Amino acid sequence: MSSTAITHERDTHADSHAHDAHEHKPGFFARWVFTTNHKDIGTLYLIFAIMAGLVGGAFSGLIRWELAEPGLQVFMKGSMLDSMGLFNLSNPDHAKHAFNSVVTAHAVIMIFFMVMPATMGGFANWFVPIMIGSPDMAFPRLNNISFWLLVASWVLLCTSIFTPSGPGGEHGFAGGWTMYPPMSSHTGSPGPAMDLVILSFHLAGASSILGSINFITTIFNMRAPGMTLHRMPLFAWAILVTAFLLLLSLPVLAGAITMLLTDRNFGTSFFDPTGGGDPIMFQHLFWFFGHPEVYILILPGFGIISHIVSTFSRKPVFGYLAMAYAMMAIGFVGFIVWAHHMYTVGMSFDLRAYFVLATMVIAVPTGVKVFSWIATMWGGSLWFTVPMQWAIGFIFLFTVGGVTGVVLSNAAVDYSLQDTYYVVAHFHYVLSLGAVFSIFAGFYYWFEKMFGVKYNKWLGSAHFWIMFVGVNLIFFPQHFLGLQGMPRRYVDYPEGFAYWNKISSIGYAITAVGVVVFLIMCLEAAIVRRKGEANPWGEGATTLEWTLSSPPPYHQFSELPVIKEDEDAHH
Amino acid sequence: MAHHGVKHDYHIIDPSPWPLMGSASAVVWAFGMVAGMRGLFGVAKGEWWLMLVGLALILLTMVFWWRDVIKESKAGDHTPVVQLGLRYGMIMFIASEVMFFVSFFWIFFEMALFHGHRAGDMSAIEEVKTAWSTWPPAGVETLDPWHLPLVNTLLLLTSGTAVTWAHHALQQNDRKGAIQGLLLTVILGALFTCVQGFEYMEVAKEHNFHFFLFKDAADATGAANLYGSAFFMATGFHGFHVLIGTIFLIVCLLRAIAGDFTPKKHFGFEAAAWYWHFVDVVWLFLFAFVYVIFGGPH
Repeated sequence: MSSTAITHERDTHADSHAHDAHEHKPGFFARWVFTTNHKDIGTLYLIFAIMAGLVGGAFSGLIRWELAEPGLQVFMKGSMLDSMGLFNLSNPDHAKHAFNSVVTAHAVIMIFFMVMPATMGGFANWFVPIMIGSPDMAFPRLNNISFWLLVASWVLLCTSIFTPSGPGGEHGFAGGWTMYPPMSSHTGSPGPAMDLVILSFHLAGASSILGSINFITTIFNMRAPGMTLHRMPLFAWAILVTAFLLLLSLPVLAGAITMLLTDRNFGTSFFDPTGGGDPIMFQHLFWFFGHPEVYILILPGFGIISHIVSTFSRKPVFGYLAMAYAMMAIGFVGFIVWAHHMYTVGMSFDLRAYFVLATMVIAVPTGVKVFSWIATMWGGSLWFTVPMQWAIGFIFLFTVGGVTGVVLSNAAVDYSLQDTYYVVAHFHYVLSLGAVFSIFAGFYYWFEKMFGVKYNKWLGSAHFWIMFVGVNLIFFPQHFLGLQGMPRRYVDYPEGFAYWNKISSIGYAITAVGVVVFLIMCLEAAIVRRKGEANPWGEGATTLEWTLSSPPPYHQFSELPVIKEDEDAHH
Repeated sequence: MAHHGVKHDYHIIDPSPWPLMGSASAVVWAFGMVAGMRGLFGVAKGEWWLMLVGLALILLTMVFWWRDVIKESKAGDHTPVVQLGLRYGMIMFIASEVMFFVSFFWIFFEMALFHGHRAGDMSAIEEVKTAWSTWPPAGVETLDPWHLPLVNTLLLLTSGTAVTWAHHALQQNDRKGAIQGLLLTVILGALFTCVQGFEYMEVAKEHNFHFFLFKDAADATGAANLYGSAFFMATGFHGFHVLIGTIFLIVCLLRAIAGDFTPKKHFGFEAAAWYWHFVDVVWLFLFAFVYVIFGGPH
């Protein structure tokens, strides 16, 4: 992985395996519900993320189905959706509101209940302790409540979808995941749904803050002898930076939504102009969290991709230290660019100029990463396994999203593109094609390690190609729609936007087939149970998890591994 | 704990029911909050019993959870490396708390420095425009910082000294001194809460809520409502943290009386002291900026 590749004393380790084999595991309930084991908690998070991803994906299905043609077809009385009885579509106002509440729920679910649980909860829990040579996380009990608080938060969010919100009693908060007042204040959403959303965010925030404290402490305090920070695998670096972003940005969101809650219920007027307040202040506070949040979603993916590209190029990653420091730079600059989400609110010219400049600076460390991945592959002995396909797909698609990000960073350009489908296309390229591809890449990279069985490579490859075609078909045409001026978050559109919307919805259908192939892949592997190897990837896989059995023992490293500098790695 | 063949000093914890109980309690509390605020699930608006049940369950979870931590500490699970981890954890927790206060200070500073831009010149509402042409906004009577707020500053600074006295006594194995120092800290902390409560009541009575006007109050100074919102949110959350810190110190006092702390090993106490200093520093910022610098003429 790193320029100082890790050599591990395998022989001392053989002993501890013998002990581990006899170690008794707690009973089923204690093991999975009261669990204090980082691998079991990681598995719970992954299962949760897949379930939430299916719900969020079904919601995006409703959106694309509705937008497949101009006019109303799904969110209306008498439609197939109406006959299911999930949403109140009894009159046009309720039906249109339901569309926007589905858009809102789709965003919240995908961000807080799918991507974050998969990367921070699933992969980081599973592999950060192992990669740094530690037997578990620093605070295993806290790790468990991080998971269960997320479930608590999920219960509140799901309840809110079916609770009165709008002035006419429409169900579910429909003001978008950004919750801007006055849509989220008492006037815009007088029902209890918004209060449920706020408290759901509080609990999800507490879950993530506790998780971050856990990861930072684990990485600082529990690295194996010889595992210096500058030898630490890049995935652990990515999680360290991500954890700091969460720790420092989430409390600001907590403060902002607390003020929103008191504005709604206890007579304050932070964001209410009639009492001297300013709704723009909510946007500042929200995006001071919201911008680091988008790096929270993508940084773990950066770490995963570095490992996969290095493993299947059978070379150490190019520019290891530059890669680590680029992530720190991205994390730092991520805190000082927030108002580029608010170019059109009436900021002064100087402020806009500053935020344009600061935002464009991020392209530098991000470029360091993209070019270093390519340089890692350059001259390597490439092996196009399933995870490598996803990783290369990631590099390509993430770069497309990054480039449209540079376009949008220009305040003048953003004046006409703000709130159009161009923005939707941009952030889906970096998130649902970037972050989600990195999650699938990691899933296929570590599948055998985590579950101890091999997956069917043909199914994995089919999953990749179907998804690759599908998601590009969904989101590439949305660039055209945005440039033509189609706004986000509307249930309907004029005839002129029909063609590319149709293509986009066809893309969704293809993606849905890809998801089904993914589920079949999981099921097939669970039924056939081909026994996994400790290290199926050969000499390119140099991090510590590949020195353990697949799945690893219930408690690994009862005797800590000693990390030595590999002289061959120096050139 | 004490697993067979383990050759490292880390603490491998047995499965625990408290996290699940804590999360379930949090759901009850959250539903109770929404029910009390808006009415939900047949619980009428203004009825807070469901919230109180949730809160009680959360507090109970904390008791069970931290009782286990103390037990484990006594069983020798908190080796030096585990103690170092607890230190990192507490520092990170306080860092996140600092960022929580940043959000309240941010909105206060924006309004104090850029009130003209934020609420004054730009506003289409005539009362708001008039009220916010000055700072503090017209009609707002601010508190004299050199009166009770100064007393509170001195109370908290003295309590910071007292907790350091207790710490040094602990390190010198002087249990009596440690107990006296902690007792003084707790008394000073409780006094701070009393003074702050008294001042809030004074504001409510003598100033007839001019300070914290609710929107529906038929008074022109309602346009200055934000001042009271920011003031009470910042000082109120600080007061809440003083309460938590005081409870934390009381637990340490009881543990000191029970003889739980040794000169070498007393991280529970140190965490409480760190937290107390954090609360102290937040107050100094509040005093300097909210009461003195942006407090206006008195």
